[in-house]
Amino acid sequence: MSVSQAPSTLQRIFDYASRADPYPLYAELRKTPVDRQEDGTYAVSTYREIYALLHNPHISSDPVNLAHPGPVAAERIKHPAFINLDPPQHDRLRRIAMRHFGPPHNPSLVTGLQPKLTDIVTGLLDRIGDREQIDVVEDFAYPFPVTVICHLLGVPREDEPQFHTWVEAIVALLDFNPETGPPERLQEGLRAREEIREYLSGLAEKRRDRQAGDDLLSKLVNEDGPDGRMTHEQVVSTANLLLIAGHETTVNLITNGVLTLLRHPDVLARLRRDPAMIVRTVEELLRYEPPVQLIPWRAAYGDATVAGVTIPAGSQVTLVLAAGNRDPARFRDPDRFDPDRPDNQHFGFGSGVHLCFGAPLARLEAQIALNAFFHRIPDARLLADPPPYRQSAVLRGPRHLAVGRG
Amino acid sequence: MTSAENLDRFRRQGRIVIVGASLAGMRAAETLRDEGFTGSLTLIGDESREPYDRPPLTKQVLTGWVPAHDTVLPRRREIDATWMLGVPASGLDLAGKRVLLADGRDVPYDRLLIATGVRARPWANEAEAALEGVFVVRTNEDSAGLQERLAAGPKRVLVIGAGFAGSEVASVCCELDIPVTVAEAAEAPLTGALGDMIGSVAARLQRAHGVDLRCGVKVTRLDGDEQGRVRRAYLSDGGTVDADVVVVALGGIRNTEWLLDSGIAAGVWGVACDTGCRAFDINGLVTDDIFVAGDVARCPHPVYEYRFLSLEHWANAVEQAHVAAHNMVSPPTHRWPHLAIPMFWSSQFGVNIKSVGVPILADQIAVTQGTVDDMRFVAAYGYRGRVTAAVSFDNAKWLDHYKYMIETAAPFPPEPFPDQAADMAPIPAHFPDPVIITHGATVLVTGHEPSERRVAAVSPYGGRP
Repeated sequence: MSVSQAPSTLQRIFDYASRADPYPLYAELRKTPVDRQEDGTYAVSTYREIYALLHNPHISSDPVNLAHPGPVAAERIKHPAFINLDPPQHDRLRRIAMRHFGPPHNPSLVTGLQPKLTDIVTGLLDRIGDREQIDVVEDFAYPFPVTVICHLLGVPREDEPQFHTWVEAIVALLDFNPETGPPERLQEGLRAREEIREYLSGLAEKRRDRQAGDDLLSKLVNEDGPDGRMTHEQVVSTANLLLIAGHETTVNLITNGVLTLLRHPDVLARLRRDPAMIVRTVEELLRYEPPVQLIPWRAAYGDATVAGVTIPAGSQVTLVLAAGNRDPARFRDPDRFDPDRPDNQHFGFGSGVHLCFGAPLARLEAQIALNAFFHRIPDARLLADPPPYRQSAVLRGPRHLAVGRG
Repeated sequence: MTSAENLDRFRRQGRIVIVGASLAGMRAAETLRDEGFTGSLTLIGDESREPYDRPPLTKQVLTGWVPAHDTVLPRRREIDATWMLGVPASGLDLAGKRVLLADGRDVPYDRLLIATGVRARPWANEAEAALEGVFVVRTNEDSAGLQERLAAGPKRVLVIGAGFAGSEVASVCCELDIPVTVAEAAEAPLTGALGDMIGSVAARLQRAHGVDLRCGVKVTRLDGDEQGRVRRAYLSDGGTVDADVVVVALGGIRNTEWLLDSGIAAGVWGVACDTGCRAFDINGLVTDDIFVAGDVARCPHPVYEYRFLSLEHWANAVEQAHVAAHNMVSPPTHRWPHLAIPMFWSSQFGVNIKSVGVPILADQIAVTQGTVDDMRFVAAYGYRGRVTAAVSFDNAKWLDHYKYMIETAAPFPPEPFPDQAADMAPIPAHFPDPVIITHGATVLVTGHEPSERRVAAVSPYGGRP
């Protein structure tokens, strides 16, 4: 066995041992804003440089532009959703989906959901009742966005246990390293991707004429706009993307929100006196504990120069959003949780053409959930700090968050 | 007393006067207070209403979606200022440090900000301009009046001039299903700002939306009926247009007449200043207590070979006002240069057009992303092999990168992007001949020895002032 080198900062970030508090490692990483790794990939961790690359058309989201795509990317190339495509295909597919979700054609959809969201949250809190111990994840932060995305997309809520298993396996692929990761994790993830596609394909088939409803899936299957209609394959990829993204990120945002507020009782006390402060609080949360900590890969389409470093075409680039969010060159006193922060242009939803599609919904969900939670459970206290974390370094958040009362 | 003590006293109890109470003036006032200036602050404005936002006046206000009175600029903070609205400044006494008002009053200052902006260039023939149904669009009242007429359903609107304002008005007419003719002296709309290639795209866009677009023609005469209502326009190509509404969109006139006699370097081109927003006096010497910001300013830009730029852009007004205000209350060593890369946007015919940099100084243009036929693209402008500007049609999200390329003098044309058509090669940018300011002599130089050489003003508006 050869003597292994000390792990790089980026490798230590991916290491599960640092999941509860990766922020000191992010600070370490920022000392080299554009950090070339042993394997020829690049990690970018400072705000200005991340911003520049997110807005640089030479940085591609399409894995075909990776010199060494690897087994996970290869599968994405076969069934790309718009998150893994560049303009103009990305723009067209995203526009078709956006027609049924937001402005300019559907500007009031998300705001119109407010009563529905409040009902769902109230129902979950009613079910919690006056139980002494709560798992914020299982009892609240997970079931809420899942119910919402099922409702929006038109996926039966009762299928959740089934697709949840698939989604877990798929998320485990996000930071899968073929060099070091267990091959069965790869196989399991790839199989799950196939199965969830088959499942969604079946749902889409049923929407064709016969069972068309008011949901997004029905509209994607049946409606024509100025950009025409998606192919069946594209509908499935889009539904897959929206189901997973709508499922796996907001849960972290809400759970991180409960955790962070309980760690900052002064802010929580102010929020309870002034619920309108929730808007700024959620923005700060998106900066302070972003649900998507890093974009694991983008591909340099042409040579891209940033901070004096030229990233050659074909290179894999990791954009460490959470490190940029704590960059002291951009945010004063960045490790302070401060909802009053001016000019809070965080990377909580990314930036550029791939800016989070569901951002307006995620914002509203988190605002409603956090205000309602602390209204109903004013004496909540943490039973374990830090809580146990989920495996993923990319979609980082607690696996459980045990909260008691009084 | 040291200069630091002087500055400190000025910041606590000095007098700052801002002439011009629109976007630049108000943002400057807010910045002055943000920066800790606690002295007296006076805003002087010729319009009697409180500061309002102008971009909606050719868009949402004309369609009737937003009432004209709902465009008041949001206040970002208390500014605790004395407002002198509804009375224009009529002169500046440099030696006495006073602003003279048209009603005979005067307002003393320690430091002055000039932000008098631009007004609409009226139709040259006064009698024709006075016909009922002839409009310009610059002020809130202009827009409210035009909106009322458009809502009444005119038979045809004639827009004279296809720059951004004229094109936006034509777009609103199409949106409201009002027949509209656009008469433009150049070969296409928007060519003055964006060049021939984009001009031809804009022409296609207008015609596709049903605009009766007449290019390469001038309107020679407007004709009214017996009641004094406009009814017909005569064109230089012999044609006529029957229209009951005429919108004159021939650009603006900088509001500098009040400074003609003052000893400040002011004229039809604006008020010249350094990048610190300090006004030049008539000899080209920089002053230290008079600052300029917004549409009326004419400021050198290092990225563009230090050429003096006059920019009538919303973002420039905001950024320049911020820098000017900071510099007004900062010691010389802490002053900032105004180096923002110019940016503007327009929305017309369902397309968001956005630009960064200074297109008019380019020699080449290339479509770098998307395709023109889809009306969704980015084109980069190059000057001597570097990127100097870009324009996007419904593709604005990439423009930050083009700004970065301009700031870093990136080579033109840029390396191909994933969404660039393979056959795209740069072509000549073709701007109409650079507008050389040919208003006759504006100054005379007198004296022989360096110690006695001085400049005297000659009115560009005819004769000595």
